Amino acid sequence: MEGPVLKIEHFSAGFDSNQVLKDINLSIFRNKITAVMGPSGCGKTTLIRCINRMHELIANARVSGKILLDNEDVFDIDPIIVRRKIGMVFQRPNPFPTMSIYDNVIAGYNLNGIRVAKVDRDRIVEESLKKAALWDEVKDVLHRKGTFLSGGQQQRLCIARALAMDPEIILLDEPTSALDPKSTTHIEELVVHLKNTVTIIQVTHNIPQAARISDYTAFIYLGELVEFGPTEKLFTVPKDKRTEEYLTGKFG
Amino acid sequence: MKDSALRRRIFADRAFQVVVVFLSFCSILPMFFILFFISKNGITSINWNFLTKLPAPVGETGGGISNAILGSALLIVLASIIAVPLGILTGIYLSEYRKGKFAYLSRLSVEILMGIPSIVIGIIAYVWVVKPFGSFSAVSGGVALGIMMLPVIVMSTEETLKLIPDTLKEASLALGVSYPRTILKVILPAGLSGIVTGMLLAVARIAGETAPLLFTAFGSPFMALSLFKPVSALPLTVFNYATSPYPEWHALAWGASFVLLVFVLALNLLAKVGMRKWKVQF
Repeated sequence: MEGPVLKIEHFSAGFDSNQVLKDINLSIFRNKITAVMGPSGCGKTTLIRCINRMHELIANARVSGKILLDNEDVFDIDPIIVRRKIGMVFQRPNPFPTMSIYDNVIAGYNLNGIRVAKVDRDRIVEESLKKAALWDEVKDVLHRKGTFLSGGQQQRLCIARALAMDPEIILLDEPTSALDPKSTTHIEELVVHLKNTVTIIQVTHNIPQAARISDYTAFIYLGELVEFGPTEKLFTVPKDKRTEEYLTGKFG
Repeated sequence: MKDSALRRRIFADRAFQVVVVFLSFCSILPMFFILFFISKNGITSINWNFLTKLPAPVGETGGGISNAILGSALLIVLASIIAVPLGILTGIYLSEYRKGKFAYLSRLSVEILMGIPSIVIGIIAYVWVVKPFGSFSAVSGGVALGIMMLPVIVMSTEETLKLIPDTLKEASLALGVSYPRTILKVILPAGLSGIVTGMLLAVARIAGETAPLLFTAFGSPFMALSLFKPVSALPLTVFNYATSPYPEWHALAWGASFVLLVFVLALNLLAKVGMRKWKVQF
């Protein structure tokens, strides 16, 4: 089996005196979906925000340990480069309100000042929207504002925007928490489909969702990685008592 | 008993409503009187010559306020050149760095600047610009008005940008866009309607200012041809003509007031409409 694409080693993070994550060790495998689950406030969002170095944007943030992307520590790479290799989709859909659907998808290039020929631009937009399963719904309204779309469509637009940069990994921070059940199903199907082209790390506090879509699951509780393993195993024969209690709804 | 208590309540409710509506009506009444009065007196002096001719000497009829219109335009442009870039950048700074001692100090300074009487700003511009240059000038007037504009633009920019959700900034940064580009290409465009509205209101605020121009732009009966010579401005013209003893000049003052009023009113309406029309939906 191929080595992990991302390795998190002895990683801790927090704000000033407030320790959020303690000594996390975790491997993320290529073209797999890894679910990071745990109760609210356990540090799962902080963890993935460290992976693309968004965590450090908050004042007083601090980190220690390593996060290796293809054996290179992300903290040694310019955050701008890291973020182009590791895309992110947020809890609430956040398309750029001033831009059309088309411009939203290509925004990663336009905003970075990367020049792309018109033909290639059209191709990137079409491919990304197709990958995000949004093309058929928007192909005739590409020049309308992205904010006119429904919540679920907006979230898929944000996924297309991240995919357009051709990242190695996409971080999904509870991408369905602000959506209705139908849009949620849609996004889940899309995520499962996407793993053929990209590695996915998805934060969720929805236990069934983690079971449905992920190949690996990490359970984080109070800033500690309690258990990590193939989803099937973790859900059927959890090694740690806390995992079992969380899965059976004793807390969380 | 219960019934009468209820009736008393309903009565109090009605009475309160009537009082509130009546007082609101009273408070908008002066505005309508001003509009009516200035329109009635001013509109008669408005004609093509009035808008395009220079003032006539005492005793001659006719003459216009073209020097004042052009002077006002020049002063507004100069003030905007000074205040708009500075104000927007300061506004960005204040909305981005909400905590911190320097941000606190800057915000406080802007608030104080907002409250400084315009005549004092005129004196400052006199000391800073008029004296070193040795002459009243358009530039000194522009500086004075620019200082007056600055806090309005800073505050409106800051307030606008503060309302833009952080998630938008994160969306851009997560795409690997650098911080300066994120501010310039994502945050500023999203706040453009508010910033432009703030600019229009700032212009409306300074367009009618007289005090800071008394010893800076000073006024001049000639067309403004140099930035370093005195220029006229609409409020100065109103002031000079209205305090003169000649009835023809009084008519000109009314006319100039009317032009000023229409200009300021138009800016305010434009700001209102623009706010709604260019509003960015998040």
